[in-house]
Amino acid sequence: MSDVVNLSRRLVVGRGFLSAAAVGLLAGAPALAAEGKKKSDPAAADVAILNVALGLEHEAIEAYQIGAESGLVSQGVLPVAVLFQSHHKSHRDALINAIKQMGGSPVAAKKRADYEKALGVAALKSEADVLKLAAKLELGAANAYLGVIPSFMSKDLAKVSARLAADETMHWTALAQALGQPLPQAALTFGA
Amino acid sequence: MTPRQRALHPVIWTLLLAAGLMSAFSLTPKQAGADEAAPQASSAGILARGDALRGQTAYESRCGGCHSLDADRIGPRHRGVYGRKAGSIADFDYSEALKASGVVWDAASLDRWLSGPEAFIPGQRMGFSVSDAGVRADIIAYLKQESERR
Ligand code: HEC
Repeated sequence: MSDVVNLSRRLVVGRGFLSAAAVGLLAGAPALAAEGKKKSDPAAADVAILNVALGLEHEAIEAYQIGAESGLVSQGVLPVAVLFQSHHKSHRDALINAIKQMGGSPVAAKKRADYEKALGVAALKSEADVLKLAAKLELGAANAYLGVIPSFMSKDLAKVSARLAADETMHWTALAQALGQPLPQAALTFGA
Repeated sequence: MTPRQRALHPVIWTLLLAAGLMSAFSLTPKQAGADEAAPQASSAGILARGDALRGQTAYESRCGGCHSLDADRIGPRHRGVYGRKAGSIADFDYSEALKASGVVWDAASLDRWLSGPEAFIPGQRMGFSVSDAGVRADIIAYLKQESERR
């Protein structure tokens, strides 16, 4: 929990130090730095990315909830699912804090029924099906967090994104092992 | 081998190692440069070599965190996206910028979008890019194939 608090404090410090123009320069966007706040606000662009990430975390939390309540997950696996879900809740809370502190409004979660439909929950028939869905979402999330890194104006936020990707990669690795899937044979398969 | 020649060895090794490292790391700047020129001549060849089968795997791992073919999730559904006007799924909450872009999705526009969405359509909300031109081409081939099915 204190990590989450620290994370959002760091974001504030980062923003407090740097003007929009400095953030633009640091991130290698001279055009933005030159135009200052006339162009679309770089902080607002970062908030938009954080909100997309928040949508992803809402979905992950709900997916683990659906999995846990499905009756398909065995007692041995359940604690791991609950642990991973708790990580996603921490991610969600950190993102909400950061968005609010940057003056944005965090997106709300959708309805359970929407997630069930979008994730094809009706087709889940076994523990392996649930784990496969979780693994797919975690891999997608890891790659998503890696793929948005170049878009952040703030390097602090880029680093946060990399840390989130590391958590999702750790989840994916554990799930792939539980499913008996082989490890990637090549290096640098994530985020290419 | 004279002692002098032997003494050279570590130097040669260091040079070889440095050359190897430099070529390994030069991948990144080269890709970045290629990305800026993305929609031009050289990438047309790469785009034409896109493979839908490889693209399916890449789509699932790169785009699957946010998109599905048939359901709106964090991003809009993708079946039929090839040939579709940008921002035209009625019940998806797009950015104003994407809706107003006037873009129609084809291989060239998708390649620019996936290379750097903000550079292509400022004010968009995806913020996600794929740096490898070959992976982009495979994903685009897959989207085209799936858009033609049904
Ligand atoms: C981090 C989440 C995320 C990831 C990962 C992601 N997208 Fe998106 N995508 C979005 C969002 C959000 C939008 C809506 C953007 C807007 O409204 O400006 C979008 C919009 C799009 C659109 C425009 C669709 C339309 O109806 O006009 C295309 C095409 C697209 N994405 C392709 C892809 C592809 C291909 C990938 C994988 C290589 C990908 N996206 C990965 C979130 C994501």
